[in-house]
Amino acid sequence: MNLELQHINKTFGKVRANQDISLTLRGGQIVGILGENGAGKSTLMKILSGYQPADSGEILIDGSPLRAGNPLKAIEAGIGMLQQDPLDVSPFTVLENFVYGQVQGRRLSNREAAKRIREQADSFGFDLDPDQVVSRLSIGQRQQLEIMRLLNLGIKALILDEPTTGISSEQKDVLFAALRDLAVRDSLIVLLVSHKLEDVIALCDEVVVLRGGKLVGSKQMPATTAELVELMFGQALTPQARENVTLGDTALRLDGVTLRDKRVAVEKFTLDVRHGEVIGFAGLDGSGQELILRACAGLVRPSAGHILLNGQDLTGKRYRAFRANGVVFSSAGRVEEGLISGLTLTEHLVLTQTGAIIDWAAQRGRTEGQIERFYVRGAPESQIQQLSGGNQQRFLMALLPDQPSILALEQPTRGLDVDSARYIWEQLLARRKEGAAILFTSPDLDEVVAYSDRIIVCFAGRTYEITNTAGMTIDQLGRLIGGAVA
Amino acid sequence: MNSELINILNSIIANATPLVIAGLGETISERSGVTNLSLDGSLQLAAMAGFAAALASGNLLVGCAAAMLVGAIIALIVVAANIELRQDMVAVGFVLTLLCADIAQFLGQDLAGQRVPPMTKLNIPLLADVPVVGPILFQQPAIVYVSYILIFVIWWWMYHTRGGLALRAVGERPATAFARGTNVNRMRYVYTIIGGALVGLGGAAFSLAIKPGWTTPPAMRGEGWIALAIVIFGGWNPFRVVLGAYLFAILRALASAIQRSPDIQIPLVLLNMLPWMLMIATLILVSSGAIDRLLSIMPRPLQKWTRNFLRSEPPAALGTRFEQD
Repeated sequence: MNLELQHINKTFGKVRANQDISLTLRGGQIVGILGENGAGKSTLMKILSGYQPADSGEILIDGSPLRAGNPLKAIEAGIGMLQQDPLDVSPFTVLENFVYGQVQGRRLSNREAAKRIREQADSFGFDLDPDQVVSRLSIGQRQQLEIMRLLNLGIKALILDEPTTGISSEQKDVLFAALRDLAVRDSLIVLLVSHKLEDVIALCDEVVVLRGGKLVGSKQMPATTAELVELMFGQALTPQARENVTLGDTALRLDGVTLRDKRVAVEKFTLDVRHGEVIGFAGLDGSGQELILRACAGLVRPSAGHILLNGQDLTGKRYRAFRANGVVFSSAGRVEEGLISGLTLTEHLVLTQTGAIIDWAAQRGRTEGQIERFYVRGAPESQIQQLSGGNQQRFLMALLPDQPSILALEQPTRGLDVDSARYIWEQLLARRKEGAAILFTSPDLDEVVAYSDRIIVCFAGRTYEITNTAGMTIDQLGRLIGGAVA
Repeated sequence: MNSELINILNSIIANATPLVIAGLGETISERSGVTNLSLDGSLQLAAMAGFAAALASGNLLVGCAAAMLVGAIIALIVVAANIELRQDMVAVGFVLTLLCADIAQFLGQDLAGQRVPPMTKLNIPLLADVPVVGPILFQQPAIVYVSYILIFVIWWWMYHTRGGLALRAVGERPATAFARGTNVNRMRYVYTIIGGALVGLGGAAFSLAIKPGWTTPPAMRGEGWIALAIVIFGGWNPFRVVLGAYLFAILRALASAIQRSPDIQIPLVLLNMLPWMLMIATLILVSSGAIDRLLSIMPRPLQKWTRNFLRSEPPAALGTRFEQD
């Protein structure tokens, strides 16, 4: 089968998720789709597999246009997608899941289906039994089930969305072996959506890279991690002249801290941050930088080591205690974690204060002052969700306490245009002059290099510190992000 | 077995029938993800409408049909308000409960004291003559036999057909159902309306067979809440729901027997609490780890069946709206 995407466009509100994407795929090809969060990979794949319609553009299968409209139609046309969290029904048995949603002309009786499951599981080395209940399976097993189900519906192109998140390395090996086998034997088109370079390098024949909703390049494998990183993050770092700030005493000390979550573990990490210092974290999603940042704000508790704030040991204390000691955290999910949809600007500001009785007139005045000071486009009565992303971010700045000791910021300029981003950084650097230490993560390497005094690069939980940021090149940074030790 | 006991058991089966039918109706509605909380009101209104229609037409079947229609319309309001108007189903259902109960009382004012010849007992040939079982199960009004058939049809549909697979998937994980080509909202309309019609039939079972006639206040007041509780007790499994309905009827019969007996002195309030206390105790037992241990020592073929039977989690998507993007 030949699969052709022609000039696919998709917008959500003001965000152009996919812009004029064209791509041709031939049977037997294993293609990696790379891109950071928000690059538009998921949107493109959802369009291809019938979960969302495109605004414009066409999908051609062997030259004839596909009008899917829903996932089952796409499957009938030969395109199936394995979701990151496989779409199954957890109280069902493996068999029930396998037979639910069969397409015309390919129906199997329960007995035939059970036989098919056993045979195929055997031939792929999958660990599945028809009578198991899905809620008791691991994510890896549920993926195996879903892949088998889709293959039995006769698909000719299989899309896998971040399939290696949450599965063991043995399961990953089994999965990749099965995919290679399918590509060679049944000339299946395999599309691997991932931000993990090592997976793409291990499996794919070709890689295409999306950035900001656009297809920015493609590469025949083998390619080096540095080449891929360059494609993912864009060229040219522009080091900027920075105002020198005299650094103060140690503000924050992480002493041999060990942190874990489902995706990654950071072992025995040590870091000293002084007042007035800016530390930028670089790395692919889920490499450990988010964990470290959240640990600095007391949102993740270390399983070993100590966290000291201005000399005071706060290890194991809650976010409340960190906040009381001048730590401010801002999450990448602005509306999800930082702001409260449905509340007005005034109400947000009131929430930052104590006291039982509210003087609304005074608070409204205070809000007006902050709106003016931070150039927020909105009224004290506006509800926060009515503001644009840039205005929300500026208003978050207005909510910061006056003399923060440490600012821990996840992607502080996410989704902002250049001017808004610059304004945010002016505000942040002003706080820095007052002695605040700033720690931030960003997928934008330019931003990391431009504003950091030191850079911590994370790869799969390992860290590498760069002190001489001025002499940094994209190649070096790219290699580090991709996991090569400098 | 002595004939008095057989009579008691026979009447327990009959008395449980409206709860059985209404409980099954609510079960399929909730399995599709829709909570129809209006049960107490719709049972009363359907019972009243069924009685009025039977009175006017002189035909019990017309009465049953009218009651089913009323139940279906109320269910339609609940599901349409949720899907089309984005209203919370619990809020809508609750308002309808109160509204329908009042409408039933208001419209039924002149019906009190009127008489329609109720459903007579029908003996099933051969089966009725089986000792013990025959007189208990097969010497009943027709509506009781309908409830037997419903139990098996609904169970068979849910667990042995592709349609039943889709029904369970819609209530459990609508996104999956959508991906497999099932029209989620259409399914919810269909099963909620069928469920509502069964609730209506449960109402008719009251006013045309089990407690014939119409009184003010209605005799079936409060039964809807019991049916809702039984669905939870039954873990959304048709057999267990039915078992719950019969168990409830047994406890009630027991309570009234104790009350009548001169030898035992237990406050009436305490007796009335008994079924509910037992329900809570069972729910705690079912949701504790004891069941898992029991499963692990059972032979494998029995495990799946037992797990299904004892499963007590509600359908995961119960009470949520589904919007495909």
